[in-house]
Amino acid sequence: MIEMKDVWKTYNNGIKAINGIDIKIDKGEFVYIVGPSGAGKSTFMRMMYREEKATSGTIVINGKDVGKLKNKHVPKLRREIGVVFQDFKLLPRLTVYENVAFALEVIEESKANTRKRVMETLSLVNLKNKARFLPDELSGGEQQRVSIARAIVNNPHILLTDEPTGNLDPETAWGIMDILDQINNRGTTVIMATHNKDIVNTFRKRVIAIDGGLVTRDEARGEYGYEN
Amino acid sequence: MMKQEVNTGMKIKTFGRHGKEGFKNLGRNGWMTFASISAVTVTLLLVGVCLALLLNLKAFGDQLESDVEISAFIDLTAKQDQQDELKESIENISGVETVTFQSKEEGLDNLIENLGDNGEVFESLKEENPLSDAFLVKTTDPQDVNDVAKQIQQLDNVQDVEFAEDTVNRLFKVLEIARNVGLALVVGLLFTAMFLISNTIKLTIVARSHEIEIMKLVGATNWFIRWPFLIEGILIGIFGSIIPIGILIYGYYYLIELIANRFPTLFIDLLPVTPFVYQLSGLLIVLGVIIGVWGSLTSMRKFLKV
Repeated sequence: MIEMKDVWKTYNNGIKAINGIDIKIDKGEFVYIVGPSGAGKSTFMRMMYREEKATSGTIVINGKDVGKLKNKHVPKLRREIGVVFQDFKLLPRLTVYENVAFALEVIEESKANTRKRVMETLSLVNLKNKARFLPDELSGGEQQRVSIARAIVNNPHILLTDEPTGNLDPETAWGIMDILDQINNRGTTVIMATHNKDIVNTFRKRVIAIDGGLVTRDEARGEYGYEN
Repeated sequence: MMKQEVNTGMKIKTFGRHGKEGFKNLGRNGWMTFASISAVTVTLLLVGVCLALLLNLKAFGDQLESDVEISAFIDLTAKQDQQDELKESIENISGVETVTFQSKEEGLDNLIENLGDNGEVFESLKEENPLSDAFLVKTTDPQDVNDVAKQIQQLDNVQDVEFAEDTVNRLFKVLEIARNVGLALVVGLLFTAMFLISNTIKLTIVARSHEIEIMKLVGATNWFIRWPFLIEGILIGIFGSIIPIGILIYGYYYLIELIANRFPTLFIDLLPVTPFVYQLSGLLIVLGVIIGVWGSLTSMRKFLKV
């Protein structure tokens, strides 16, 4: 479960990104975060995995106060949260298999376990047959699926996706949504920041709108609500 | 859900990975690595030579110092009771340890012996010994030699006082200057080497920033991320110490052989090869590793941000 209480974030350069957010997201929910560019969506997500620290207020994830976490305990938090970006962030010199395995290797998972988990995850994202390919040899949608596989390979409780369909054509984007839905159905909380009106309006889920660093709307089966 | 624990201890497999990554890092910026290793090499070579020199000079100085003896030559006219009185007066001077009588015959014998082969020319002097009887005075503390010698000079029936004052003092002056110059040079070079290593590692960190970002994101521990860079620094330090150690061991053996063969009469006693050069080699490796670790820590603090 994720709970934010009166969270504020002002960057060192004076920009006020988040101005008092209270929110609760239950385990297993699927939530869209919508809002114009620069509204604070990314900051909202980055605070959850402690890439940014809130200036004031508390953020509690699975019972842990993220803001009070000691630096050396941040890695443990990050193992409970998978993150997917618009630009995939794959390592170009590693194969699909190696890119996904990398996430387990660096948290010192055993080799046998790694192999098993990577293959399972690759079949979940329908890329088992491309395990030996390099990222360059894949389409955008396939690359995003690799990056999703990497984010979920160690079974995190929460999956944060920041504009996962931003670089993809509509059809491919639906493929990604299909996978995110499957992941959500296994019990993983999925939070997706997006500008994709069609997806939000068709694939109805909870919508949290952020504007000017504030929650302006929070609807159980909401609509996108912006013209873009 | 998979059970997860952040493992702080390091498994052998993990250490193997860090070692491999550390080696890979060396190859990533080949020329910078080469420059860093060269800097460590030059630094350690200088440190090694300076240390070998200084430690030998120091040992030599200590040897001389402990040998410092005052020869108080007795007036030829002094009678036996005056000599006894003089001996007692000398013994009463504070700082004096022993006073031994040396007849002029013994004095000449010692002189001839000390001069080795060249001493033979003095053999003829035995007929008409130009030396006087003397008291050989040892002080408890070599530092007191000067004072004691002055006091003896003022006693009655003392013809002359001799001791190796100038030699000893000069040697210590030289030693001190050499030490200071060496120290300044070494410190300067240490910083240069450290700076080069830190720059090399900075380049590696930049080259791997993408990977590091993902490692942080998926929850690799900070030390897991740091180790390869630390190992890179340590490897540069160790590789940098190989040539200096080789030169030092070979050079020292050669020097000792050279002195033994070509200048057997030279009364310089170098410190024996074992354990000296091996201790020195060990010290150089340790120094290399320290510079390496220092360089990588500096770079990590600035650029790794974990």
